[in-house]
Amino acid sequence: MSLALAQGRIELLQFFRTRESLVFTLLFPAMLMVIFGSIFKSVEIAPGVTLSQYFVTGMIASGILSSGFQNLAITIPIERDRGVLKRYRGTPMPKWVYFAGKAVSVAVLALVSMVLLLVIAVLLYGIKLPDTPAKWGTLGWVSVLGLVSCTLLGIAFSSAARTGRSAPAVVTPIALILQFTSGVFFEYDKLPTWMQQFAALFPLKWMTQGLRSVFLPDSFASQEVAGSWELGKTALVLGAWCVGGLLLCLLTFRWTTRRDG
Amino acid sequence: MTALAIKVAGLRKTYGGTAAVAGVDLEVHKGEVFALLGPNGAGKTTTVEVLEGFRKRDEGTVSVLGVDPAHSDSAWRQRIGIVLQGTGEFDELTVGEVIRHFAKFYDNPADPAQVIERVGLSEKAGARTHTLSGGQKRRLDVALGIVNQPELLFLDEPTTGFDPAARREFWELIRQLAASGTTILLTTHYLEEAEYLADRVGVIAKGTIVEISTPQELGGRNTAKATVSWRDGSEETDTPTATVQRLSAEYNGEIPELTVKRPSLEDIYLKMIGGAA
Repeated sequence: MSLALAQGRIELLQFFRTRESLVFTLLFPAMLMVIFGSIFKSVEIAPGVTLSQYFVTGMIASGILSSGFQNLAITIPIERDRGVLKRYRGTPMPKWVYFAGKAVSVAVLALVSMVLLLVIAVLLYGIKLPDTPAKWGTLGWVSVLGLVSCTLLGIAFSSAARTGRSAPAVVTPIALILQFTSGVFFEYDKLPTWMQQFAALFPLKWMTQGLRSVFLPDSFASQEVAGSWELGKTALVLGAWCVGGLLLCLLTFRWTTRRDG
Repeated sequence: MTALAIKVAGLRKTYGGTAAVAGVDLEVHKGEVFALLGPNGAGKTTTVEVLEGFRKRDEGTVSVLGVDPAHSDSAWRQRIGIVLQGTGEFDELTVGEVIRHFAKFYDNPADPAQVIERVGLSEKAGARTHTLSGGQKRRLDVALGIVNQPELLFLDEPTTGFDPAARREFWELIRQLAASGTTILLTTHYLEEAEYLADRVGVIAKGTIVEISTPQELGGRNTAKATVSWRDGSEETDTPTATVQRLSAEYNGEIPELTVKRPSLEDIYLKMIGGAA
């Protein structure tokens, strides 16, 4: 167990010392939030709800997606290319420690990202922190389930990129498509039905909706496609992705490059 | 007869119809430095990676420290050290951080500070690894390979791309490790490296072992005819001393332009891998 923490510490050290990853994973969402938030500020989409508040909520969910999915699906192929994974396999370190280390670092990263985005959202865009224990609870479980599923999918997806260099090109479009269709950049209820149905297959749509239930007024629930927050369904879908992601990881994870055979 | 650290018999590994390793037999004794010498693509790395437990073999029996690497466990990994062909990068971590972290994986690690000292990186202990030179990175690789005080150390082409001075320094490091009793299996395509470091050399070409012997005896070098040449002639002989004495008497002392030459290791080696190719 202490090994897993040590592994997490090393991962975090590497992360926070790498300027590119810091900018890409933490500052980029914050910048997007400020840019789009400022553009949408005067657009009211429901009584007392501005488009920027809708967007900011989606960006917080995107921060979770980015910490788990993009981060791992990009850095693991790079580590695989560089022989870091092979080197770990040459030691008695149990395999799970590597993943536990990633999980620890992703959790810290997601927390930092969420706090950063929340501070901006509260200061600039009139987002209010949850005022009931129930809403804090929802924030908690939506974030944790969302992060676990994104982390597992990030690990599973790390096997999709053939080389470390191609990883961002494979991963970034997927994240962008999900963001466009899951109620981050556009209002989900205004999208074509087929697009809604597509997005509903993946975790991000349910994460944004779950977070809207926390940060937007209860009256906004009627604006949702189902006319309610659908929290039960959200838990179910995210939970299913956690299980599915875990299975995918177990089936697809590779410690060595294809070239290594 | 000393105990064996490695025993390989009939090892075969095929990739898509091409045999990378086509029947390798070799034995490495405990405490020995054994060099697997061969040109690029001869099957050195494939062989070693089977021994390290990274690759599955198609045929043959393999025993490394009494364990089949295909069924290795963490107890076995505690006892071996691996320096892979490529360098694993930990860009933004310092030398000290990487070594101390890897020490945590083992039950009986060496003192990280001593390991750093031993590989000659004390001055770089606080430096980020991406700032190291090629030779220094390789030293870090070795440090990670010996941080568990292994009984057996694998070194896969440890000095490829080194300048001659860095290679010399690196060789001294390996000699010290060998002197402390660590068994070392080294792969290299540098003849001088095998000659300088190894107790025994296995020449590998086209996936098979061509010969195993000491560097001094490789290819029958020690018993090969010597060539005695001087200003007025030359002859091949098994008894060069006698020839020189005879000539000395003929010339009444100094023999003009005298050389006595045995085939160099390089001559023999090139003949060997040429013959197999």
